[in-house]
Amino acid sequence: MSLLLENIRKSYREPDGGSLPVLEIERFELLRGEQVALVGASGGGKTTLLNVISGITTPDAGRVVIDDTEVTELPEPVRDRFRAERIGFVYQTFNLLPAFTALENVLLGMSFSRGRADRSRALELLESVGLSHRLDHRPGQLSVGEQQRVAVARALANQPSLLLADEPTANVDLANQQTILDLVRSACTTGNVSLLLVTHSNDVAGQFDRIERLDEFNSPAAVNPGTTP
Amino acid sequence: MNLWSIAIKSVKQRALASALTSLSVALGVMLMIVVLVANGMAERMFVQTATGYDLILGPKGSQLELVLTSIYRIGVAGEPLPYRFYRELTSEAGNRIDRAIPITMGDVTRQGAFPIVGTTPDYFVLPYMHEADGTPRKFQFRTRSLDGKHSGEGLIRNPFDATIGAVVARQNNWDVGAKLKLVHGGSDGHVHDEEFTVSGVLAATGTPNDRTVFVHLDGFYMISGHEKPLSEAIAREREFFGNVSEESLQALEAEKAGGHGPVPEAQKEITAILLNIKGEIGEKVLAESRLMSRLNEGVQAQAVKPIVQIDRMMQTLIGPIRTLLIGLTSLIIVVSGIGIFVSIYNSMADRKKEIAIMRALGARRQTVLTVILAESTLLCVVGGLAGFVLAHLLILVASPVVAGYGLVVDPWTFTWGELVLLPALIALASLVGFVPGMTAYRTDVARTLSD
Repeated sequence: MSLLLENIRKSYREPDGGSLPVLEIERFELLRGEQVALVGASGGGKTTLLNVISGITTPDAGRVVIDDTEVTELPEPVRDRFRAERIGFVYQTFNLLPAFTALENVLLGMSFSRGRADRSRALELLESVGLSHRLDHRPGQLSVGEQQRVAVARALANQPSLLLADEPTANVDLANQQTILDLVRSACTTGNVSLLLVTHSNDVAGQFDRIERLDEFNSPAAVNPGTTP
Repeated sequence: MNLWSIAIKSVKQRALASALTSLSVALGVMLMIVVLVANGMAERMFVQTATGYDLILGPKGSQLELVLTSIYRIGVAGEPLPYRFYRELTSEAGNRIDRAIPITMGDVTRQGAFPIVGTTPDYFVLPYMHEADGTPRKFQFRTRSLDGKHSGEGLIRNPFDATIGAVVARQNNWDVGAKLKLVHGGSDGHVHDEEFTVSGVLAATGTPNDRTVFVHLDGFYMISGHEKPLSEAIAREREFFGNVSEESLQALEAEKAGGHGPVPEAQKEITAILLNIKGEIGEKVLAESRLMSRLNEGVQAQAVKPIVQIDRMMQTLIGPIRTLLIGLTSLIIVVSGIGIFVSIYNSMADRKKEIAIMRALGARRQTVLTVILAESTLLCVVGGLAGFVLAHLLILVASPVVAGYGLVVDPWTFTWGELVLLPALIALASLVGFVPGMTAYRTDVARTLSD
């Protein structure tokens, strides 16, 4: 099994001191190499869920297990290293560093893992996403579609076992949406990487064999009846 | 990519702000190094020059003034000592004295008003200073003119020979064979008729000797008006020694008879005696203190240790000024450091997202803190190194100018203070980088990315 979530609880503190529950997940599993589309309403806790899985946010309760490692038990520095080495992240807003070239952004993705930044792998990845001619271009000099391709290459830089993609096609023009989606999926298939792709698009979700609706297995209202996440 | 290349990238991203903050550090460091070098020059000028002689003997009065007059040629000499004092001292204490060099002063050159020192050739035998490690520095000189047309017999070998310092030679354009006249030191500005010939030119020493003209003591006494009127000389001799020598009485008789011979001893006076004592350090100290206590108990003369006086002067006068200057330049560097702090701190708002991205990619909190510290260290150290280079270039450019004042400055001589600067700058960088570094350390990744 690639990913297991058990009894995850997460709530945020509100300005008035109250608690706003966001996640209440009894169990969620993702098999090795499996590709899942996660669909949910805006504000439904999708991004929070990805942050909890990646260890950026710690849940109030519950277990996150990735490749037999209980991430929620790891001390923060170890969790950070684990994220660098085992989890790839593709964001809706790309999150590339503006001062770094395409190549440097991919190399940066390798900088925080145990191994040394491998320039030849970075070049190979950028070539695989069709950007071998844009290596020295900064994000501002790239089109939106190209920026997202750099982000995909960066997410795959450390050969992760799990790729988390948060609305990766939402900010990309129609012509590029399918290209990006195909790129992400084929890369995961090739590398046997598990993929959890968050989307609000039924067109995107419809291309996946397994579609999960967050509101079907996440019931935060149960924690604090009467509130709406 | 390692942390340094990430830090360099970030510094480059804010090139103008980074360059300006580094420049402010560079200027601070440059000023501090110039102060340190100037301080080194002052120390060399004052302290090491005072190491040439064990004791200075002169008339009663201010001990510091005696040292400043006789070694540094600053100020006006006090009431001179009778020449008989010098003769009796060298015969009494002769076995303990290595060399006793009489000097007499008061006149200046017509061109440039450089001080004239009447002395003996022994003056040039003794080292003019000792380096900090004790190495003696001896006079270098030439007795042949640069065009090869004139050559002297040696340094002040004849009564009307003169030896000139390097600055005197350069400023007055004098060389071996040049003729010079002296202006009487009093307020009358009378030019003496007697003419001296330059027989030697000293190499630059970085001491007041560079700005001095040395003439033979005998020649100095032979200048008309330099001998004390006989009746006054005898009165002074009686007052000083309590008796009058047979030679003085004979000279008085000869004057009454209208005769005119060589200048009698009673009419000769000296400003001071530069003294070096024989023996190992222990014997020297003992002999010095005996001589000092014997002379200082009397009412006519005194013996002072020049190094003690100059040390005292450095500590009481120059020391606080040096401390003040170093303090001020340190403040400039600290203010530059605050500039770096403000620059990095202000950039944190824009860079919060970059830091959050790095954290999301797996950078640890300590890693982003280290990146910020590396940035502040880069700005401080690069600024410091630039300041170091700028300071020595400035000294290189200024060295010919200060050489005109007799100060020898080697632009590539480094002070210990400069070595302390680098760790001090790294400490400053850590200090100014810490607060923005902690902002990076505490970045809320999820919230920043969602913003």
